[in-house]
Amino acid sequence: MSAILGSPLSAILLVLCAWLVVGLAGLLRPNSAAFACRLLYPLGALLALALAGLGLWGLLDSPLQLTPALAAAQQLTLPIGLPDLPMHLRCDALSSVFLVLLGGAAAGISIFGAGYFRGPQGTPAGLLCLQYHLFLASMGFVLLADDAYSFMVAWETMALSSYFLVVTDHRVAEIRKAGFLYLVIAHVGAIGILLSFGVLQGGSWQFTFDAMRAAQLAPAAAGAAFLLALFGFGAKAGLVPFHVWLPEAHPAAPSPVSALMSGVMLKMAVYGMLRVSFDLLGGLNWWWGLVPITLGLFSALYGIVFAAAQTDMKRLLVDREHRHPVHRDRACARVSRRRHAGARGARLARRALSRDQPRVHEEPAVPRDRSRAPRHRRTALGPSRRFDPPHALGRLAHARGGARDCGAAAAQWFRLPEWLLLQAFLFSHEVAHSFVNMLLPMGAGLIALVAALAGYVMVKFFGVIFLGQARESGLAQAHDPGLLERAGLVWLALACLALGLVPAQVIAALSRVGEQLRIGALPQGGTPWWLLVPISDRQASYAPLGFLLLISTTVLLTMMFVGLLYHRRVSRVPAWDCGFGPLNARMQDTAEGFGQPIRQLFEPFFAMQRHLPTPFDAEPRYQVTIGDPIWNRLYAPLKPLVMRVAGGFYWLQSGRISTYLLYAFVTLIVL
Amino acid sequence: MRPIELFTQVLEVAAALLAAPLYLGWVNQCRAWLQNRSAPSVLQVYRGIRKLFHKDAIIAAGASPLFRLAPYVVFGTMVAAAAIIPSMGTRLPFATAADAIALVGLFATARVFISLAAMDIGTPFGTLGARREMMVGFLAEPALLIVIFVASLISMTTALPLISERLATQALSLSPSLAFTAVAFTMVLLAENARIPIDNPATHLELTMIHEAMLLEYSARHLALMEWAAALKLFNYTCVGFALFIPWGAAMGEAGPLELLGAIPILALKLAVAGVALALIETVSAELRVFRAPEFLATAFLFAVLGLLVHILLGG
Repeated sequence: MSAILGSPLSAILLVLCAWLVVGLAGLLRPNSAAFACRLLYPLGALLALALAGLGLWGLLDSPLQLTPALAAAQQLTLPIGLPDLPMHLRCDALSSVFLVLLGGAAAGISIFGAGYFRGPQGTPAGLLCLQYHLFLASMGFVLLADDAYSFMVAWETMALSSYFLVVTDHRVAEIRKAGFLYLVIAHVGAIGILLSFGVLQGGSWQFTFDAMRAAQLAPAAAGAAFLLALFGFGAKAGLVPFHVWLPEAHPAAPSPVSALMSGVMLKMAVYGMLRVSFDLLGGLNWWWGLVPITLGLFSALYGIVFAAAQTDMKRLLVDREHRHPVHRDRACARVSRRRHAGARGARLARRALSRDQPRVHEEPAVPRDRSRAPRHRRTALGPSRRFDPPHALGRLAHARGGARDCGAAAAQWFRLPEWLLLQAFLFSHEVAHSFVNMLLPMGAGLIALVAALAGYVMVKFFGVIFLGQARESGLAQAHDPGLLERAGLVWLALACLALGLVPAQVIAALSRVGEQLRIGALPQGGTPWWLLVPISDRQASYAPLGFLLLISTTVLLTMMFVGLLYHRRVSRVPAWDCGFGPLNARMQDTAEGFGQPIRQLFEPFFAMQRHLPTPFDAEPRYQVTIGDPIWNRLYAPLKPLVMRVAGGFYWLQSGRISTYLLYAFVTLIVL
Repeated sequence: MRPIELFTQVLEVAAALLAAPLYLGWVNQCRAWLQNRSAPSVLQVYRGIRKLFHKDAIIAAGASPLFRLAPYVVFGTMVAAAAIIPSMGTRLPFATAADAIALVGLFATARVFISLAAMDIGTPFGTLGARREMMVGFLAEPALLIVIFVASLISMTTALPLISERLATQALSLSPSLAFTAVAFTMVLLAENARIPIDNPATHLELTMIHEAMLLEYSARHLALMEWAAALKLFNYTCVGFALFIPWGAAMGEAGPLELLGAIPILALKLAVAGVALALIETVSAELRVFRAPEFLATAFLFAVLGLLVHILLGG
């Protein structure tokens, strides 16, 4: 036992296998939701907590200077799989960070799921439990994989298990369609990753990551590998233009699954991108950074604009998620550019910064979103609520507990991600190419716009769902979420708060990743623990705790003084209605109405179909549908092409023996 | 923290709290003079606030705790903002905790709370105001951030007191990039403080209103806090403008109490001039239709970006 627990890797492996066991245990009583929810999901959550702890251990345990002997201590070879293809596993600083993320998020989401999955789902409860835990474990294996073979196996398991989770309500045709789209794009992406690994092995035909690190690639080959990986992982991360599956699949999935997919699975793509570009490829080229940075910025804007115009709140959250992969990609982007600058002799400290800074703010960004996704479902009205018009859910929100408010606070008060990102964009104008130099501050401007739009979306989201008069009659039957659901949300909200309040410690822990990938680390010496100073010579600093203290002090002092000096009499009267009878719920803005200015301003972003009433309509109706122009321009033309190719294959595979003989003949000739 | 720094901090916050209604009163007085009306007293804003504090609060039946909390949060964030803006001295202990980007975040926090409170009751005016406020906000915020970026690229820091110090100590030459951003900043100031091309502070119950629409349901002490916060916001924005574009006159660096006292009349002078200028702009321009507001703010954004490009290309 002590040998197994001696290193983080074997213990982590144990936890992942335990997840599988928990999943299989669900099959013991496949139709008992109570068994799964009372025992298995909480057990899974405990394992997730253990995983987060082990990941933290692995991160803090990872040596700063990696010698071959130490690297070997992190590795493990399992004699499972195809002959001569054992599974190589490794747990280094980079994997550990993502393991912490996986564990921490899965803990909250599993607890939430324990409450959420009590009701009847489309899939039997036990099977759902198996799929869920298989999904979790496969994500863990993606992080541990140290050769292309096991990576792809884990990656595909992840894609397939999440597909089955997405189509939980498979009796609804739209959900089946969404799931199919997801499956297709996931596999097209997987081909990209596979090809990228094929290029990376560099003629050695050794598919371990060690061999890939050692391989010397020609610049063109390295560029091709990078672009293929960007395509493959970008399809998973939802980078525009590969994002089409995201707004379809996420609302189709049950809330905990959708939260896991956006909060964790999308980040697996980021992990893959970081692994390939910084670890496996090594010497980076400057334009590699520019491609994802451009794509990422565009995705951010595109996503947030769609979110602002969205009326289905679950879709809105998805659109917001577009922003997040973007942060990550920008991270890669920045670093690679930085590496380039580094090669030209820029200062080491700066290089370090760019690596770690953007990484950190992704961290807060991630749970922030995670806590949102399920929160929305808290107001669930029933299993079919995906089709309910979302401008619902008014008054019942008021009795809600702290989680929601924490989330809102975390989002607004500790705008740490944006802060760091802006700092990074601002003070990085020492790239050799003057053109890029010029573009960078523009990028900062774009991020400012995206951040401001995010504020708009947040107000819309919160205001339309939780505030005002009840917008739908169904709300009378709505009920508050259960204790378990709340506990999961509180856990996630607290995690956001912690990340927002003590960023310096998080960054310090993350610098190990920077060290390991030979990018350098953030200088943290000499500053007090509560202060975040990314670049000391710029004298920019940020102390989230102090900031929070400042605001809360002023607010509390105001309350105290006003309370002491003046009486507190309050009388309640009906809201002012301009003297024209009572106000009704239809007089408020709908989600549609609140997004209207955005639709007006960003009209080219939308493929809009509008039906406006004329003054003479007896029953005026206003209708607008918003489409995705990328779908229309890029994917719709692909459809006939695919059909034609498929028709060709159909002709080839018609089952006539003469055709097959012709195959064999042609193959022989060619060989 | 040295005593003098603490003194500077306390002095700045107290000055902001006391002088903000006075400044607003001065702007109103100038406006009245320019429009040939008989002007209200400079102290009118104080009187209004005092009267409101003594009244009984009336709250709509459906209001949630958020509605009652919002005025305190909005007022508190504005006071917190005043604590990190160097209006008289640049040695502010709190400015270490939050830089100029965080300051923009503070303004955004206030905006979010005021909009949410407006949506809370569920009246048509409230949501209309909230929607418009957020629209103006999301357009003005990037412009403001880029203005700050230009100043911080020139001075190589994002801490507002340090920006102010470094801009004040450099040679007295107007850099072209700052000239562009000054125009952008003025436009943002007008939009964010509900001044005339975007919103008319003097009107009440018009379909074009933004700020007033959000406050319709407030009364008594809550309204008093909101109005005081609005005055503070105008004061804060003006002081940010001083810090970025005319930093001279404030007590720089390790200044003693005498320099600090000397900075008070200079600030008063600057405010007096700024008030006249603000009233003049408001008098000579007409209110825009709401749908023209994005164009106005896009122009501000463009000016800010021009400033940024000028700085990058010409290095000035």
